[in-house]
Amino acid sequence: MADIPIISVSNLSKSFGDVRALKDISFSVNEGDIFGFIGPDGAGKTTLFRIITTLLLPDKGEVTVMGADCKKNYKEVRRNIGYMPGRFSLYMDLTVEENLNFYAIVFGTTVKKNYDLIAEIYSQIEPFKNRLAGRLSGGMKQKLALSCALIHKPALLVLDEPTTGVDAVSRAEFWEMLRNLKKYNITILVSTPYMDEAMRCDRVALIQGGQLLSVDPPEKIRDKFSRKLFSIKAFEKYKLIMALREYPGTFTAYPFGDSVHVTFKNDMYDASLKDFLAGKGVTEVLVTETKAGIEDRFLELMEKK
Amino acid sequence: MIPDKKVISVRNLVKKFGSFVANDNLSFEVCEGEIFGFLGANGAGKTTAIRILSGLSSPTSGEVIVAGFDAHKQPEQIKKNIGYMCQKFSLYEDLTVKENIMLYGGIYGIRKQVIRERTQSLLERLNFAEYGDRLIAALPLGLKQKLAFSVAVLHEPKIVFLDEPTGGVDPITRRQFWEMIYETASRGITVFVTTHYMDEAEYCDRISIMNEGKIVALDTPAGLKKQYNVDSVEEVFIRITRPGKN
Repeated sequence: MADIPIISVSNLSKSFGDVRALKDISFSVNEGDIFGFIGPDGAGKTTLFRIITTLLLPDKGEVTVMGADCKKNYKEVRRNIGYMPGRFSLYMDLTVEENLNFYAIVFGTTVKKNYDLIAEIYSQIEPFKNRLAGRLSGGMKQKLALSCALIHKPALLVLDEPTTGVDAVSRAEFWEMLRNLKKYNITILVSTPYMDEAMRCDRVALIQGGQLLSVDPPEKIRDKFSRKLFSIKAFEKYKLIMALREYPGTFTAYPFGDSVHVTFKNDMYDASLKDFLAGKGVTEVLVTETKAGIEDRFLELMEKK
Repeated sequence: MIPDKKVISVRNLVKKFGSFVANDNLSFEVCEGEIFGFLGANGAGKTTAIRILSGLSSPTSGEVIVAGFDAHKQPEQIKKNIGYMCQKFSLYEDLTVKENIMLYGGIYGIRKQVIRERTQSLLERLNFAEYGDRLIAALPLGLKQKLAFSVAVLHEPKIVFLDEPTGGVDPITRRQFWEMIYETASRGITVFVTTHYMDEAEYCDRISIMNEGKIVALDTPAGLKKQYNVDSVEEVFIRITRPGKN
């Protein structure tokens, strides 16, 4: 079924009172892909995921999951989806094992039947199976919630900000777990506010203010950056940023880690740049051309809006 | 940054809870106007150390001098000379922008006239004039963060502590926030950032990484990346806290 998208969304809009949470959104997700939604808080990620998981109704537009309409055939859609909301929906007063059994029973299956699917993840918390979910660490809760979302062997796994508030090591481990699920051909829809996680996805939608800025494989997002990008370093960063903003040839200048990412109006700079900076008291200047990252492209797309 | 002026000086800091050693012989210094990133996995001992540095908890042993005051004997003076911002709890949602500024100014003992002047200049600097009488609850996240930071430095502290300052905002808002941090640091205020998001760490002048109660790395982001021969602080962090797996 390579030709039928697992998720198909066309012209979707949703408002809450005066707030337009989603504005005419269209995209599709192919089977077996890890499809990422990347955007800040308030971009519309959670609203979109709630519509896809049939927990909210759209105002306008069509949404289907494996061909089933999310409005009319919501029961069928629900059977095919494993959903892990932002605040893990675990029962804190049930044990680890009770939570897992509960999710299995709700979906009419057993833990035994689909154990192979979760074995790699669940085995890490199984030694604590008699502990209450409320007494697990953040990383362990995350593993249990993922096991619960997978236990009925869904075709589509929907994860709303699974790595928010988790430390770097647990975050890396979580992405490894998702990668390992590829062999079961489960399609994964995942959202995150962290641009660096885009590289872990097969395709990425950048979302901001309820609108899609782009949908592409991650390496393509970077390639689409339309200008030459330069990384500039100096000892005093703040002075450097302010001086670059004043330099007549500058098009954009944004702080970026330990450097400033700069584009120039003519896509190049000449000796006048260093003279100008020196005149502003900025010394030890180092300029190198650099490759744009996801965040650079996101910034560029935001400027165009 | 003024390298020879230290505003935080920690030597052989130990903090124990019963037999558990939360801070195991920490030694480090932070300069005036420096942006210092304080990193570590959950449970590494960061919170314990910050509570000591901000005068909320006293060390079991070791020397801790913050803004010229001794953490053993002068925790109240330390509190007066620092600011603190955490993303979630620093502003009162059901007060307006101006009321929040008044409240914090009052708590830090700033005279009313001075608070009024600073409120005015703060609102202008942030392009906030139209928001002065709005409830915090009605502000977008990015504006809340900028305001929370401004309030945390309203009393011109020597050091401001920031707890995961830029989580969840868009890339432009985030950069505006870091520019505020740079501007503050350029005025000589030391900025002490704790975070477990390694991309925030890339913006700091120097970073330390804690693991199991100890500081296991301390250098500039560039220095650490070079030492471990990797491209990001995140990779450095994973190498350090998960040895053998990568």
